Amino acid sequence: MSRVGVFVCWCGSNIAKTVDVARAAEAAASMPGVVFATDYKYMCSEPGQNLVKEAIHEHKLDRIVIASCSPRLHEATFQRCIAEAGLNPYMVEMANIREHVSWVHDDREKATEKAIDIIRMLVAKVRRDFPLFQNQIPLTKRALVIGGGIAGIQAALDIADAGYPVTLVERTPSIGGRMAQYDKTFPTLDCAACILTPKMVDCVSHPHIDIRTYAEVEEVSGFVGNFRVAIRQKAKSVDESKCTGCGLCTTKCPVRVNSEFEEDMGQRRAMYVPFPQAVPNIPVIDREHCRLWNDQKCGVCAKVCPTGAVDYEQQDQVTMEEFGAIVVATGFNMWDHRQIGEYGYGQIPDVISGIQLERLMNASGPTEGKIVRPSDGKVPRSVVFVACVGSRDENHGHSYCSKVCCMYTAKHALLLKEKLHDAQMYVFYMDIRANGKGYEEFSRRAIEEYGANYIRGRVSRIYQDGDKVVVKGADTLLGKQVQIEADMVVLATAMEPQPDAKNLARMLGISTDQHNWFSEAHPKLKPVEVLSAGIYLAGACQYPKDIPDTVAQASGAASKVTGLFARPHLRSEPMIATVDQARCVACQLCAGVCPFTAIEIVEIQDAKTKQIRLAAKVNESLCHGCGTCAAGCRGNCIELRGFTDAQVLAQIDALALM
Amino acid sequence: MGASNNSELTYAYYPGCSIHGTARDYGLSIDAVCSALGMDLVEIPDWNCCGASSAHGTDNLLSAALPARNLAIACKMQMDVAVPCAACFNRLAVANMRIREEAELRQRVETALSQSYDGSANVRTLLDIVINDAGLEAIKEKVVRPLDGLKAACYYGCLMVRPPDAVAFDRPEDPQILDQLVAALGAEPVAWPHKTECCGASFSLTRTDIVMKLTGDVLRMAKRCGAECIVCACPLCMANLDMRQATIEKVSGQQIGLPVLYFTEMMGLAMSLPGVESWLRMHMVNAGGVIRRLAAVQDMSDPALVSLP
Repeated sequence: MSRVGVFVCWCGSNIAKTVDVARAAEAAASMPGVVFATDYKYMCSEPGQNLVKEAIHEHKLDRIVIASCSPRLHEATFQRCIAEAGLNPYMVEMANIREHVSWVHDDREKATEKAIDIIRMLVAKVRRDFPLFQNQIPLTKRALVIGGGIAGIQAALDIADAGYPVTLVERTPSIGGRMAQYDKTFPTLDCAACILTPKMVDCVSHPHIDIRTYAEVEEVSGFVGNFRVAIRQKAKSVDESKCTGCGLCTTKCPVRVNSEFEEDMGQRRAMYVPFPQAVPNIPVIDREHCRLWNDQKCGVCAKVCPTGAVDYEQQDQVTMEEFGAIVVATGFNMWDHRQIGEYGYGQIPDVISGIQLERLMNASGPTEGKIVRPSDGKVPRSVVFVACVGSRDENHGHSYCSKVCCMYTAKHALLLKEKLHDAQMYVFYMDIRANGKGYEEFSRRAIEEYGANYIRGRVSRIYQDGDKVVVKGADTLLGKQVQIEADMVVLATAMEPQPDAKNLARMLGISTDQHNWFSEAHPKLKPVEVLSAGIYLAGACQYPKDIPDTVAQASGAASKVTGLFARPHLRSEPMIATVDQARCVACQLCAGVCPFTAIEIVEIQDAKTKQIRLAAKVNESLCHGCGTCAAGCRGNCIELRGFTDAQVLAQIDALALM
Repeated sequence: MGASNNSELTYAYYPGCSIHGTARDYGLSIDAVCSALGMDLVEIPDWNCCGASSAHGTDNLLSAALPARNLAIACKMQMDVAVPCAACFNRLAVANMRIREEAELRQRVETALSQSYDGSANVRTLLDIVINDAGLEAIKEKVVRPLDGLKAACYYGCLMVRPPDAVAFDRPEDPQILDQLVAALGAEPVAWPHKTECCGASFSLTRTDIVMKLTGDVLRMAKRCGAECIVCACPLCMANLDMRQATIEKVSGQQIGLPVLYFTEMMGLAMSLPGVESWLRMHMVNAGGVIRRLAAVQDMSDPALVSLP
């Protein structure tokens, strides 16, 4: 005979103002199986929990109903509480009389009746509760970091510093990412390379970090603690053990193509390292453009290589590797302003993007840091910056703010003013969003000390007129139209997810928002987690972020990984589906509807016939206990532990058979 | 908006006030081109002014009720509504959208009109219909005198493709279809930045100083970008570009001399439709230079054409 205790919480006035808690407790006391019922002001407080523990001992309670808030908030609290009093933690039920009653109703009389009904349902359920136990799952203490930008670098370093091995996969020939392209960084104007390069070198020399550049993740299966990942190492055509990084091959290669790193402002060879500080400093052959692959002749790089490191026979290699956790740090892409007709479709040579200006300003960039117009190499005397190009713009598909453009535009105006004292800087903006540490002061500096002309308004059209670029726009503060004849225009284009973000999300089984940014598990309280356990987000693959936010999130993701790895093993949640294999006919309907691919079809020996046949089996590590399979099973042979038919039907009966 | 399933190519035609007045040349060329393409324009019976250029600036109810009356009649015809004037088109489409979206306004309009109207008419500009329903291929087949690389600045004006949520059938900031049509006729659309700049239409009579500036900018930019003529699809644009051109030249002391053609007139030229000469004679800026330039390189034996002054 079960001995149920019911504890009705006031939640201060949250519940008590709408529900007569004393009456609810009194009603609960006379429900079948209940031997003790009471109410208390804050049940989750320490005295409240002690009340529960004492009642368990005094009244020999073997199961508990807490009538308070949502189980999402405090189920775990009370599971722990009754476990400390010696009960199985799964012998507690939460009757949600706050979110479902007091917060949504006004009529105290009816609300109290509804609260009593809900308590009655949970009492009926808890009487059919049975102890559940967690299982142990093995845990591979090796992390995979996808993406070698500043987010991936920081996460890899933090995890490796904690003593766990990390594999850092980067698809370009070097780690460094977007940050390596930048000249100086706001608001302190440190040179990006000066602060990034040491971290890149730390990565390559770290005993626990295995860097795989020119490599891509191709397939991911498994679950937290036990991911299986296929990594494709693209053929570099260079034997890394022999290459000394002397760079001779890259200077002799006869093929020139536009450099991705220079944002098409400069060229690279087909045999190349993307930039001078590249890590690793090993060139690769871009076979798409190499003469040997296109014309079957050349081979200059092999001829000049002093160590014989060039290897044309190299093939892509796909390896299958195991990891316990994955950090996704794949970054962002810049929206291509060649799509904007009113800004000239990218056909006006002196209209460039912000990231192209970074390369123009950079000492190792195509002009070695000299600010000249792309069209004729003249030094610009007037430069117009346009913020929010494609951002905050439904017409161009980005309703969001790209977050960093206000700051880097201020930085650009300030740095150009430093380099070109007499030049005029104009900035068209919608709002100045400078909400980081030192940001407001920085953008004020650009305006007040450096005299950048900030014009609040949008630019309607940009066109070439003679050797000038005409910018037409509105000054919405003056209520006037503005026309500026500029020498150069810099567009702060929107940040976008990587073009293949959706693919990666599908591979990892994680979700994205409507723009394809990866979705976090909770926008406030779980900003680095995703809904699948063991996968974490770092940096701008989640949403536009600046470097400080990216690094902070990367360290957050790393601490989640090390927190996970610090455990001896994983425990599986027992409230999951279980298949009665004796009755399962392997129709596989359950496998089809499972959103977590947690159901596999396995061979079993039939208990009666002793023959081998197929049946469904739940992978306990993958199952989230959503119950979809249980609802879908035609033979009714899947049950959800903690939500069995007996429990749920008893709940319904308690209401229906009033 | 959008292509229709109207395989009959029959439309409820809303000519608007200009077609019977200042834009008779446009109206005649529309009739000729549409009949050549097998399109049937059925004039909306007892139509009234759309209120363009005044009602929407002065009276909220009128700005919706005037177009709505036309659309309510057109709706009963169960055909897409074809509108040749950009300003009419804009007013009809915007009013239509507002009637769909604003229940209170719809109620007031229905009370004013003493009839119900739910905003379900499909309002389209004639340019959209000619190009998307008749089709560029069908048009190309009818071209007998390709326009030999005649450099044309395609001028959409500000009202035909904006605001995008009400009238979008082409890119709002950089429309394309007129350029495609012009290319299909054998002419060469020039790349120029002013294709959707405003000509000052509604100030045509009240603030000619503004019109001089805006229209002057459009004309000079077209000239600078190498255009030999401007092609438009709106009687109000035409009035400013064509009629005001001489004054603009006089005031600025700068010779422009850019003939302005309706797209239907250009089609008439390329398709060698009868009457082209009489349409072009109604223009202020002489189109004869363009015609002779074409005639010089091909056999344009139509004496009526070559005889243009």
